[in-house]
Amino acid sequence: MQITEILVRYGELSTKGKNRKYFIKKLQRNTRSKLKQYQNLKIVANRDRLHITLNGEKADAVMEDLEDIFGIQNFSPVVKVGKSVEEAKKAVVHLVGKHFKENMTFKITTRRADHNFEYDTNELNQILGSEVEESFQPVSVQMKKPDLDVRVEVRLDGIFISVDTLPGAGGLPIGTAGKGMLMLSGGIDSPVAGYLAMRRGVEIEAVHFHSPPYTSPKALQKAKDLTAKLARYTNEIKFIEVPFTEIQEAIKKHVPESYSMTITRRMMLRLTDRIRADRNGLAIMNGESLGQVASQTLDSMMAINQVTSVPVLRPLISMDKNDIISIAEKIDTFELAIQPYEDCCTVFAPSKPKTKPKLKKVLEIEEELDIKTLIDNALAGIKISSISHEDSSEELSNSEFQSLF
Amino acid sequence: MIYFDNSATTEMNRQVLDSLLAASKSYYGNPSSLHTLGEETSHLLRQARKQIASLLKVNEDEIFFTSGGTEGDNWAIKGTAIEKMSYGRHIITSSIEHPAVINSVKQLENLGWEVTYLPVDENGQINIQDLKRAIRKDTVLVSVMAVNNETGSILPIEKISTILKDYPSIHFHVDAVQAIGKIDLDLASSRVDVAVFSGHKFHAPKGTGFIYLKKGRKLAPLLSGGGQESGKRSGTENVPGNIALAKALRLILEDSHEKRKGMLACKTEISAFLKSKERVQVFTPDKSAPHIICFGVSGIKGEIVVHALEQKGIIMSTTSACSSKRKLKQPSVRDMGYSKDVAETAVRISFSHMNTLNEVEEFKTAFDEIYNQLKAID
Repeated sequence: MQITEILVRYGELSTKGKNRKYFIKKLQRNTRSKLKQYQNLKIVANRDRLHITLNGEKADAVMEDLEDIFGIQNFSPVVKVGKSVEEAKKAVVHLVGKHFKENMTFKITTRRADHNFEYDTNELNQILGSEVEESFQPVSVQMKKPDLDVRVEVRLDGIFISVDTLPGAGGLPIGTAGKGMLMLSGGIDSPVAGYLAMRRGVEIEAVHFHSPPYTSPKALQKAKDLTAKLARYTNEIKFIEVPFTEIQEAIKKHVPESYSMTITRRMMLRLTDRIRADRNGLAIMNGESLGQVASQTLDSMMAINQVTSVPVLRPLISMDKNDIISIAEKIDTFELAIQPYEDCCTVFAPSKPKTKPKLKKVLEIEEELDIKTLIDNALAGIKISSISHEDSSEELSNSEFQSLF
Repeated sequence: MIYFDNSATTEMNRQVLDSLLAASKSYYGNPSSLHTLGEETSHLLRQARKQIASLLKVNEDEIFFTSGGTEGDNWAIKGTAIEKMSYGRHIITSSIEHPAVINSVKQLENLGWEVTYLPVDENGQINIQDLKRAIRKDTVLVSVMAVNNETGSILPIEKISTILKDYPSIHFHVDAVQAIGKIDLDLASSRVDVAVFSGHKFHAPKGTGFIYLKKGRKLAPLLSGGGQESGKRSGTENVPGNIALAKALRLILEDSHEKRKGMLACKTEISAFLKSKERVQVFTPDKSAPHIICFGVSGIKGEIVVHALEQKGIIMSTTSACSSKRKLKQPSVRDMGYSKDVAETAVRISFSHMNTLNEVEEFKTAFDEIYNQLKAID
């Protein structure tokens, strides 16, 4: 018995009233792009479900990719049989057999699109239900929350049966919330923040600050590799590399050590905000979690955030480190993030950063810096590339080195 | 030439040689270096380790590269002895171990350790009850090989595992050099703490090898230095060799069922042939690895048979290569209860998956010729 189609159920977007069509369209487009390597698929979106007809493509591979698409609540592999009750009985028994546990409860839910079929829904429920009861002992029928819900649909071209329901990624289709800039350092937190923002429908672009020779090419590559990991959930992510050396040298020269962290962050936020404006983004995301380090106290956030009025979203703000790590492990960014390469946050890190910087003092110190020139110079040197999931250096080198192994 | 001496060493696989050459040429950086060349080789080394771990279904951090079987056995034994010195100084091993094991424990014996050598029966088997009785409070190590290199007998690793489950503090070391690709090894779920492997026995370059060391188990390092291999085995890593090793392991385990069937077919054929000869005695027990058959022509020293067959283009050996030139240890056949005279007749054929039934036929013809010739001189 072969899986011929996959039935995809929408998540929250079903509740979005008039925007519904827009959400469904986005989800359909995202699904198409994620599954584009399977050329024979037919994807049709209707009001409450997405039908994916496999046409010979491998069900397991397609389902694995479906798990990465936001906006999908769950999905079910569907088996198609010919339009006869005998075939339906056989298929139902086969599928239930895979899940059989003693004393389990089940129900049969039949829908009938073909009203000319010889049995109506009630008759079909009874026929198939008693077939299950006869084949498996002991089982019982239960309408409310059964262990197993056997869904049978009689359509014009066949009978479609499904038993499994696999959880999707949840969230909202990427792009439905608009675009935002993710400040991506290369640590554990920022990729998780990016993932959570994407899950709520934000299309992200990654902004990374790079200070050669104080930071190594490896650190840059690591940020790109982390972006490639996130690209699994979408098609491609724009990676924006911002040269930051001149700014860091200026800060080192002119700013008292205790304030250098605060001012560095303000410069990064200014730059990100300018890039956002140029690229029509609506928000900025970062991986800050309250109280984690000196820059993440409320005093610091206030002093830093003062440079922009655009929403700075902090998906991790109230999360504990362990919770963040467990998401990082789930999205496979943890191992990469803990590779020890210096990034621009660590090289110039002061030994005793202020945890309660005073805004007044900050503004005084910044008088010493030619902020406009520094920002313009950095913006003039940005490099933008597109990164897809296949682009990680690990994947690349694996294929390059593959013949060796 | 027909090469029937694969337990001594194997011909390097062509694809493995390609990898060795390519890696030696392009990736010569030191994996500990910071620059890109070093990073690259460090990445490749990790790939090699990962591949070996995944082929054996164990964790990456349970694989440590060595220079081969001898180093692995020395490390497992002496590393355990140093590590557990303050807990006890008693070691149990079998009397038919490879010289790398026997002479390692002998060295420790000279330093004051006590060693129990478990005897074997005529099938080359230890008695599991002997092992049970030998365990003492101060036993720190049990060292038993998976497959004997001279006769191919398979030792009861699983049974030993079961017994040692009640003695969690004893290290269980298995010399698996002759076992890989030949019998099933389930390291992850077994009680085995250290398993030793050697590359050149499965078509990898000489001077390569690795050990499996179960997570949580400790071996004192024998090679101290720059802290390579997580501080456990210093010395600049042999990256090209280890890449080639990982590839060879992949290749040998690919279709390993088919490969074993092929070797077993050769062995079965030769075994039946030899058993039909009045003056031939087969020492290899029925329950044995698919690639080794040890036998002797009565009254004829093994080396005469070896040389006679070599003249006919068939390469084999008198029992193990390690002890055949230097009398380091008495042959396993002797331990199986045969007299010195009989043990001296022992010769060994050992197959790889590359051997064919055609070669077996050629062997049969050649053997018949020398058999008749030798009969005449007797």
